[in-house]
Amino acid sequence: MGMTITEKILAAHAGLEKAEPGDLIQAKIDIALGNDISFPLAIQELEKIGAKKIFDPHKIVIVPDHFVPNKDINSAENCKRMREYAKRYQILHYYEVGDMGIEHALLPDHGIVLPGDLVIGGDSHSCTYGGLGAFSTGVGSTDLAAAMLSGELWFKVPESMKFVYRGKLKKWVDGKDLILYTIGKIGVDGALYRAMEFAGDAIEQLPISGRFTMANMAIEAGAKNGIFQPDRMTEEYVRGRASRPYRIYRSDMDAHYVEVKEYDVSQIEPQVAFPHLPSNTKPISQVGEIPIDQVVIGSCTNGRLEDLRIAARVLRGNRTAPYIRLIVIPATQEIYRQAIKEGLIEVFLDAKAVISTPTCGPCLGGYMGVLAKGERAIATTNRNFVGRMGHPESEVYLSNPAVAAASAVKGRIASPDEVAEN
Amino acid sequence: MIFKGKVWKFGSDVDTDVIIPAKYLSIIDPQELGKHCMEAIVPDFHVKMNKGDIIVADKNFGCGSSREHAPLAIKAIGISCVIAKTFARIFYRNAFNIGLPVLESEDAPNQIEEGHEIEVNIDTGVIRDLTLGKSLKAKPIPPFMQELIKDGGLMNYVAKRFSK
Repeated sequence: MGMTITEKILAAHAGLEKAEPGDLIQAKIDIALGNDISFPLAIQELEKIGAKKIFDPHKIVIVPDHFVPNKDINSAENCKRMREYAKRYQILHYYEVGDMGIEHALLPDHGIVLPGDLVIGGDSHSCTYGGLGAFSTGVGSTDLAAAMLSGELWFKVPESMKFVYRGKLKKWVDGKDLILYTIGKIGVDGALYRAMEFAGDAIEQLPISGRFTMANMAIEAGAKNGIFQPDRMTEEYVRGRASRPYRIYRSDMDAHYVEVKEYDVSQIEPQVAFPHLPSNTKPISQVGEIPIDQVVIGSCTNGRLEDLRIAARVLRGNRTAPYIRLIVIPATQEIYRQAIKEGLIEVFLDAKAVISTPTCGPCLGGYMGVLAKGERAIATTNRNFVGRMGHPESEVYLSNPAVAAASAVKGRIASPDEVAEN
Repeated sequence: MIFKGKVWKFGSDVDTDVIIPAKYLSIIDPQELGKHCMEAIVPDFHVKMNKGDIIVADKNFGCGSSREHAPLAIKAIGISCVIAKTFARIFYRNAFNIGLPVLESEDAPNQIEEGHEIEVNIDTGVIRDLTLGKSLKAKPIPPFMQELIKDGGLMNYVAKRFSK
């Protein structure tokens, strides 16, 4: 029996010939990531046992991105603690405000995570890097601390589930719609403890940005990781970014999958996830009249340049409806700069959007767009749980950037076809 | 290890934003976090519950974010253990790593009601519903997790092998 890409990467990092679902392995870590939520607790854990060293200051990445520039005194204290730690241990990849970006957009763009890597991050959306063919998963602060100390972590090898997407994507449909559609089909625990492997001719055509979006939301189906087999597009993306060798893994033809799901993408419309679960999806044609108060375009799911280009295409020549707030958040400083060069930021300003420095802020109701009681937002983010963006009685709807942009113009959830000229 | 307490029932997919909203994530003191535990669905939960009480939930408990603040908050207010049909995987790992016992049981959430007195034996996985006068079974804790508990959590386990 052959192995899946997930099994191969885990086996290789554990020094094993073979890894089978259910095996408990001790595997070496290529990159361990922490942010201003998870890292302060990890420092506390390391201090508790009196740890005086870390396994490799080149393999630890620290990105303050959730509550920076700091939203309150507590978050400032946490970031200060991280900064001091980064200085003391000479952490190579520490990203200060001004250099930073939303971690899951920043790391691939900087070539820090590469195909074939084993990556753990103190953030549930660390599964994003599966978009490049890495095994990557989210962990808590104690796991992060253990990995920082030892360079290893234990894993249970997950069963793999294969998702095959065939056909040509409809207009305005992208990776966000494919993953929302999939979660709508299988539920928020439909891939619990499992690896989600994405394949099919529609995936081969999907740009890397769309693959990141899909892998990013694997956690929303309960998965341990989401993963794509690297291809020509992956290699083009990585070229010029990688500063160390990497390895391409591919699933064997006779690899075992506990389940295989096949979807005809030509039937999939832009999707909207209704409160309060990402699985609560409807195609845009069946959404009905849903007035909104706020629109957020950004996040680790959809804050990449490709996402901003789509939003600008819909917003060009249009203005946000009266009393509606549109918040656009380029995910990194580089994306911000490029969006200026391409004239996208001007389109957003003309549309009456506010442009924010890179931050996770509103996605998790941290700051920079918190909702009042009874308010409703549509966002290109990843979660719409109770109280996710603010008051427990506020609501979040999830969509792709085109639908979010169109909704800003209409003041209700709308299809981009109602707004855009092309 | 045996825990005895009153049951608080929760449904499916209790997410970490409900367990501890992100606006409190700049707090790292577990006691302070505990004051906001479950507040969106059970206001003043930390006041209403008693030390030793037990959470019994349906499937996919702790889904969403990887925030360790979630099991920390539950532990800090004195919940002795959490029983659910299934747990989201990051929450499951985090709970063991910080020393909050969690048990998977298909039967317990179906049969045990809010307010029941129950007794949970972590080692055998036997749950006794004292109100119903009935015994139920949970899945035994995997041997590796038991080893972690014996060592006093993941950091001690790792420190023994790598530190100094």
